[in-house]
Amino acid sequence: MWSLIETIWNVFLHSFHKRVTIQYPEQKPYMAPRSRARIILSRDPDGGERCVACYLCAIACPVDCIALQATEDKDERRYPEFFRINFSRCIFCGYCEEACPTYAIQLTPDFEMAEYNRQNLVYEKEDLLIDGPGKYPGYNYWRVSGARIAGKDKGEAENEAPPVDLRSLMP
Amino acid sequence: MTSPYPLAAIAGILIVALSLAALLIWVERRLLALWQDRYGPNRVGPFGLLQVVADMIKIFAKEDWLPPFADKAVFIIAPAIIMVTVLLSFAVVPFSPGIIVVDLNIALLFFLGMSSLGVYSIVLAGWASDSKYSLLGGLRAAAQMISYEVFMSLSLMGVVLLAGSFRLSAIVEAQKKLWFIVPQFLGFVLFLIAGVAEARRSPFDLPEAEAELVAGFHSEYSGMKFGMFFVGEYLGVILISSMITVLFFGGWLGPWLPPIVWFLIKMFAFICFFILLRASLPRLRFDQLMSWGWKVMLPLALLNLIVTGAVVVAWR
Repeated sequence: MWSLIETIWNVFLHSFHKRVTIQYPEQKPYMAPRSRARIILSRDPDGGERCVACYLCAIACPVDCIALQATEDKDERRYPEFFRINFSRCIFCGYCEEACPTYAIQLTPDFEMAEYNRQNLVYEKEDLLIDGPGKYPGYNYWRVSGARIAGKDKGEAENEAPPVDLRSLMP
Repeated sequence: MTSPYPLAAIAGILIVALSLAALLIWVERRLLALWQDRYGPNRVGPFGLLQVVADMIKIFAKEDWLPPFADKAVFIIAPAIIMVTVLLSFAVVPFSPGIIVVDLNIALLFFLGMSSLGVYSIVLAGWASDSKYSLLGGLRAAAQMISYEVFMSLSLMGVVLLAGSFRLSAIVEAQKKLWFIVPQFLGFVLFLIAGVAEARRSPFDLPEAEAELVAGFHSEYSGMKFGMFFVGEYLGVILISSMITVLFFGGWLGPWLPPIVWFLIKMFAFICFFILLRASLPRLRFDQLMSWGWKVMLPLALLNLIVTGAVVVAWR
């Protein structure tokens, strides 16, 4: 019996507690920097596209919402001819970001992407591509990778040893 | 004592009671939210007050569905009974001198009789729905309300002994020196518990127990028929609160403010307490409910009656 009265009193004391509700449209919730929402494609510090159209994100995607087509530009750099994410399918699992070898595809904390028309949720490359490097400033895939492109031969990347001549007997 | 304009009193009490009952839906949601550290409805109109209007429009626009397996006549009449009995009980409540429809000399018995008749509504609703959950809810309601009716009336007899009248206005007048909460504290506690059970409010909401019986006796109801059960429940809360005010807290008596304001303040405090009970206490098990009623409350009510009677006799 006493515990019942104590319960009632304790519940009554909640009249003076702070309310936990966030009044959403007026009051924005705190989103952690690494929370997973709208997907973007980033650029390297020189302004070039980071995406090398390796298809790993499309393969990792459990709901098959990423579609792209690889092609090469005049510098022999691979890039996506189109890159399409269907956000009405996307489950924001972040596997694409984990699969990406070049930090190109990234998830951002922006979650306000409701649309009245479902078709508007299909984002094309120009919708996805941002101007900056996103979460990884200073990283340039083409500068550090061993892949050969026009103007940078094998062994000319940062911290890369010159290629080994397999046919030589010298140590 | 009775109002000089009975029709005006009837219309006023009807309008005020019904709109208050509708408003209580909003009050309850806001208060529950407050005690659960939330906000509750706060988007429709100022403080979400127009939520009531939105709910009313919604419930009127709902399909008024008659289940093909139901007993049609009884099914339709059941929600009307609860409204009629509760609203009839309001006729004898003295809100303040002059604001009372009829000042019966057996008002208290009339109130008890009407609240007993209200059981029919729930039992018939459960029976006519021809669904097992409804029937179970109806059965529980019948057992619960009959058991709690007994000591509810007995707990009030102490008040009647002290005031020497069944007339509610006379009972209020008798509290000029001392509210009956002091000499009749046990009676007040008993009546409060019985009142909560009578209004089928949590923690005694077994007839509707949404967790186990879907919605109990009104699970087959829709549209405004369901709305009538809902409004009937809130009217019951208002009625029990005003009866507690009249019987134990001196009704309209109080300094400075006009009598009706005092009455409304006291009544609202009890309505809030009812909601606080709902916010804090879990539902009883059915066997606990019955044994609590018969083994604890009934002997206590009898004891209260005997002791009060003895004291009153010794005093005179």
